[in-house]
Amino acid sequence: MARYAREVAVVAFAQSDHLRRTDELSEVEMVMPVLHQVLAATGLKAGEIGFTCSGSSDYLAGRAFSFTMTLDGVGAWPPISESHVEMDGAWALYEAWVKIQTGEADTALVYSYGKSSPGSVRDVLTRQLDPYYVAPLWPDSVALAALQARALIDAGETDESALAAIGARSRADAGANPHAQLRGSVPQGDYQVRPLRTGDCPPVGDGVAAVVLAAGDLARQLCERPAWITGIDHRIEAHSLGLRDLTDSPSTRIAAEHAGVFEAPVDTAELHAPFSSQEVVLRKALGLADDVAVNPSGGALAANPMMAAGLIRIGEAAARIHRGESHRVVAHATSGPCLQQNLVAVLEGDRA
Amino acid sequence: MTAASPPEILRAPLIVEFPFTRSLGPVQSAFLSGLRERTVLGVKTSDGRVMVPPVEYDPVTAEEIRDLVEVAATGTVTTWAWNDRPRSQQPLDTPFAWVLVKLDGADTALLHVLDAPGPDAVRTGMRVRVRWAAERTGAITDIACFEPYEGPAGGAALPHDGDFADAVTGIVAEARLDYVYSPGRAQTAYINALSDRRTVGERCPSCHKVYVPPRGACPTCGVATTDRVEVGPAGTVTTYCIVNIKARNLDIEVPYVYAHIALDGAGLALHGRIGGIPYDQVRMGLRVEPVWTEGGRYPDHYRPTGEPDADYDAYKELI
Ligand SMILES: [Zn+2]
Repeated sequence: MARYAREVAVVAFAQSDHLRRTDELSEVEMVMPVLHQVLAATGLKAGEIGFTCSGSSDYLAGRAFSFTMTLDGVGAWPPISESHVEMDGAWALYEAWVKIQTGEADTALVYSYGKSSPGSVRDVLTRQLDPYYVAPLWPDSVALAALQARALIDAGETDESALAAIGARSRADAGANPHAQLRGSVPQGDYQVRPLRTGDCPPVGDGVAAVVLAAGDLARQLCERPAWITGIDHRIEAHSLGLRDLTDSPSTRIAAEHAGVFEAPVDTAELHAPFSSQEVVLRKALGLADDVAVNPSGGALAANPMMAAGLIRIGEAAARIHRGESHRVVAHATSGPCLQQNLVAVLEGDRA
Repeated sequence: MTAASPPEILRAPLIVEFPFTRSLGPVQSAFLSGLRERTVLGVKTSDGRVMVPPVEYDPVTAEEIRDLVEVAATGTVTTWAWNDRPRSQQPLDTPFAWVLVKLDGADTALLHVLDAPGPDAVRTGMRVRVRWAAERTGAITDIACFEPYEGPAGGAALPHDGDFADAVTGIVAEARLDYVYSPGRAQTAYINALSDRRTVGERCPSCHKVYVPPRGACPTCGVATTDRVEVGPAGTVTTYCIVNIKARNLDIEVPYVYAHIALDGAGLALHGRIGGIPYDQVRMGLRVEPVWTEGGRYPDHYRPTGEPDADYDAYKELI
């Protein structure tokens, strides 16, 4: 029995080159070429899209209502059917997928972007924390990830050299990804917040991603080998860090169960693990076998444009199916400190 | 009309400050009032777990929890991370450890910082105690930090009524974020032209509408506006309002007129103040031109040109 009312596939994926700075571009100027590219891949025109959903955060660049500016790049006037999440684009994709499931749209354009270069992203991200007990202390994103890494090391689940190897593998794999920000051999560097070194942390940069979703036969017309979303779910941990077991990710595991990850083996995983230590947690939660290719794109350790890096995991997973390189992929996106929120999707190609 | 060439990149500091005023519920009020009085409170869930810091709803059952208890100001580090380079708004300005601390009597951990001489002096399982801030206001920062502690452990949590004189009922959460803003290609060209007292828009290559100020894209066509077009300097008032409330930090006498002005050649109106004419004589169709002041980065206001008013049909699409 089919899990959902309608078959929905990712039929196209595009992303920008991810760069440390893009001072010469406003957000809409950064986003627009990627929108054109993803639409061109399907042959659809902007006006033919049933639903448009974007993900971004005004705090990154410090510009209020920046997402309304970037909508200019879609051709949103006269008004289109459109929505926005102040989250990673993976959650915008979830909303678009729901919209298609309801039958109100047959196609959707999903895009997201982050321009972190104007500000200090480590400080900016403190503003998403509990405003009463945590945010007044300004614990930055690296510090919180380091608390999680220490908990994993104390629990005997990893050590500093194993973490360094995750970073090295990610950037070596990113050598084949022309969009990645860090490619090839990168020094492991000094402690940023001990036990995490520079090499355990994601690069800070600006970037954009976009995908097109389509339902059923339309997906088959638009794409030779659609990447069917056969399962998708997202869950959240209790919000106080002190209530959580930081070495585990029950929310990822529950989302994976609901998405059907464990019903058949996966050959590839695109995991949104901005810090090397978080890959350890996610591999365990998803029960990945040793022969699963993890982050062949290089993952978030090679390019982590905020608000886009999660959508990129789904896009990269889909692109491997489009190219015939993978058959059953688990894609994961996260948001918040220490893997606070997790989205898990299974993408599959048609069996020959 | 010339094709856009890459302009020199403009940059300017941008400071965003937002002091959020937040009210506290009964549990958070008791906890933060307690910190002011050097007392650490938690809540007890229906299955007997003590949560510090306290929450108002059980994260597992979603039950409302109001059963306050007092725990010790001593505890055990459950995980830590050494921060060699404190960032400007963090609690200590010397190197310190971030810690999660399970206070004696509690079953969950509190995030804070630990003042210690170096990473070799910190380990999971070490004993610590609260160092209270000298001045306390009812905030998480009433705990200045934790410090190493070798004395006896505190006992089990004890019931507490949560009543404090002059309980705090709210906090003001100060926030300041510093950015360096760059306006991008289209707006850079616009700002650079303004410094020559010219107003430059961009034409959509598809529908030919001229956007002033340009944002880089045509929202109707979804394509980049690339062709640069000088507009104005004169224009037509398409609509206006009379402002009777004096804005803070604005040195303009009320009443004054704020108008939408379609500069000649522009495909939409921009807005500006109208001067040089009594406020009650401003009208739709009035022809105006910019007035620049010495050193001004944009027109100070617009004044009548003295030309006859524009026909309604000439600007009705731009209202
Ligand atoms: Zn146009």
